[in-house]
Amino acid sequence: MPVVLDADRISRSLTRIAHEIVERNRGVDDLALVGIRTRGVPLARRLAHLLRDISHHDVPTGALDITLYRDDLMRTAVGAQPQIRKTEIPFSIDDKRILLVDDVLYTGRTIRAALDALIEFGRPKVIQLVVLVDRGHRELPIKADYVGKNVPTSLAQSVQVHLTEVDGRDEVEIQEP
Amino acid sequence: MKKDLLSIDDLTTDEILLVLDTAEAMREIGQRPIKKVPTLRGKTIVNLFYEPSTRTRTSFEIAEKRLSADTLNIAVAASSVLKGETLADTAMNIEAMAPDMIVLRHASSGAGHLLSRICRSRIINAGDGMHEHPTQALLDAFTIREHKKRIEGLKVAIVGDLLHSRVLRSNVLLLTRLGAEVWVSGPPTFVPVGIERFGVRVSPRVDEAVADADVIMMLRIQQERLHGAFIPSLREYFTTFGMTRERVARAKPDVIIMHPGPMNRGVEIASDVADGPDSVILEQVANGVAVRMAVLYLLAGGAEAD
Repeated sequence: MPVVLDADRISRSLTRIAHEIVERNRGVDDLALVGIRTRGVPLARRLAHLLRDISHHDVPTGALDITLYRDDLMRTAVGAQPQIRKTEIPFSIDDKRILLVDDVLYTGRTIRAALDALIEFGRPKVIQLVVLVDRGHRELPIKADYVGKNVPTSLAQSVQVHLTEVDGRDEVEIQEP
Repeated sequence: MKKDLLSIDDLTTDEILLVLDTAEAMREIGQRPIKKVPTLRGKTIVNLFYEPSTRTRTSFEIAEKRLSADTLNIAVAASSVLKGETLADTAMNIEAMAPDMIVLRHASSGAGHLLSRICRSRIINAGDGMHEHPTQALLDAFTIREHKKRIEGLKVAIVGDLLHSRVLRSNVLLLTRLGAEVWVSGPPTFVPVGIERFGVRVSPRVDEAVADADVIMMLRIQQERLHGAFIPSLREYFTTFGMTRERVARAKPDVIIMHPGPMNRGVEIASDVADGPDSVILEQVANGVAVRMAVLYLLAGGAEAD
């Protein structure tokens, strides 16, 4: 299985993205990070650390579970429901500049669900999208603002992101069918 | 999950834990400014209540609305049941309008099982006679786990009218499954024959049942079901079995006091205990919504082939 990002590349990509975030938003005022469960959450926490190193300010960080907003729930007659985990956004998102963080951008359906979920918590000033990997094949008009790496894939391949906090190691690899 | 939730025995131990974990996530929705998610959009849920209920019916209805289901309540007092229609006929007529779920409360034990056989809709038992009330036991377990961080190894004392209580039956099945040590106590006329076969300890003395207990669960004296001489008088019952501060003092210092409601103050529980610092009675009500949201969500998925 070809490795497209190793631990070093992941770390450097996130550092670059953190600098891009500061540049584009002219600082970290009003910024807040929201990670999409599962692997968007540790990525958001890492970005919060990097942003603090750059700006010496804390950026509030939350976690969003989008399961209840999925567009493919209850479309099949058999099989158990996907497990729901906790959404934790312990701050008001009103008038904030929200950085929505996920590991892989693919069809865009997860992001669509996340936008629906997020809007119910308030009215942010802007929402920007951060992804570690953009693998293409969008099914909805959604585009990332910050991308760790663009990885061209075929529909048959799958992209596996491993993060130390969840999987014990940092690595992104492409699996062939 | 099976098609219906009629009894705690319809759930595997893993499914019970899944309901409790899902309820944790559901509870957060109730703390949002907009307390609603689109998950059950387009699903129709009928709340069919043949017995008076405030807590359970309201709790189910709020849970259904927070998940965006279309809900309707059939209050039997205003329905054709009064014109002599049987439960089966009523159910088949509701079924003809293609709801997705029916939440049933009925005075006869096994009413849910009857509907389960004739309905394609999923049936949730919201209390059937003296048989079971599974969502009450699930919310009780959720409340206990929240305070004690575990259920295994806890001493739980259940005191009161054991005979007529569906809350008791569901709780005994659930708590013994999760490894709690369950004690029950009540006047001999209220102790069902053979209850010890369910793996509980029976004591006619409340003081023994509550000694060093982690949880005390009081059951209501169901005056509407007492057709006969079960107890000499309510006053004597309170003296012998009522939960007073003196009795609570025999339990562990961090004991929690539970009651499924509605309470008879001064009959099974003293007011200063019901409103005291150890009481989690209103938390049980609050948790009921999250637990019922979890049950509705999990049942709305595909059923296993069974």
